[in-house]
Amino acid sequence: MSTKVKKMLFILSKGTIENAYAAFIMANGARMEGIESEIFFTFFGLEAIQKKKLEHLHVATVGNPAMHMPTMLGGLPGMEALATSMMKKEMEKLDMPPIGEFLEILSDSGCKLWACKLAVDMFHLKKEDLIDDLDGILTIGDFYNRADQEGCQLMFI
Amino acid sequence: MDSNIAGIRVDVTEDGYLSDLSQWNKEIAIEIAKENNIELTDKHWEVLNWIQEQVKNEVALSIRSIKKSGIIDIKEFYDLFPGGPLKISTKIAGVPKPKSCI
Repeated sequence: MSTKVKKMLFILSKGTIENAYAAFIMANGARMEGIESEIFFTFFGLEAIQKKKLEHLHVATVGNPAMHMPTMLGGLPGMEALATSMMKKEMEKLDMPPIGEFLEILSDSGCKLWACKLAVDMFHLKKEDLIDDLDGILTIGDFYNRADQEGCQLMFI
Repeated sequence: MDSNIAGIRVDVTEDGYLSDLSQWNKEIAIEIAKENNIELTDKHWEVLNWIQEQVKNEVALSIRSIKKSGIIDIKEFYDLFPGGPLKISTKIAGVPKPKSCI
């Protein structure tokens, strides 16, 4: 199949559920179109590949004007959890897999999953804290080398 | 749109998907598979049958449904239909192109 986009590289830097899904859906969509895809998890994006944290990602209720909720209200205890559980219900209706299952689907689909070395060191994470499907821990230089080909696009989320 | 696949006149969409599953037969499937550089094996037929059943039962197809299908895993699915497995397998199966983003 000929396509001008041959490879999509995503950098997930945020630990909110909506950003994780944005990266996952686009990375999976690329594979489904016969395009190579990889995700580089850095800074708070690492939350999405930590075994203990990945099923507890939240939607941001503060500092998110699209929630149409007063900032004071969004900051109340339990508000993030409530908004997140509402969003997860809607996602389930659309047959969107939970984060853990989505990572399995991505890995099985041939999407490479990388952790950022600097961020892993900064958060004092060990390999065993991260998902088993992880393809490795890379420096940004390693990551750019993976981008060094024609028809490759990088996207920062 | 009219098209001629394996010497049979069929109705297809702009993307080349059969508009009417009742016009589908094995020769057509073999021909579309060939256009996508796929030689159909028993495993392919098993998957194609499963896809047709899902569509007949009005179940939306997605990569998640493949994972849950119990007849094939995702890795095998990508190996059997390289270069966009759900798009290509549905085309061969004579069913509409899936509209899901997942």
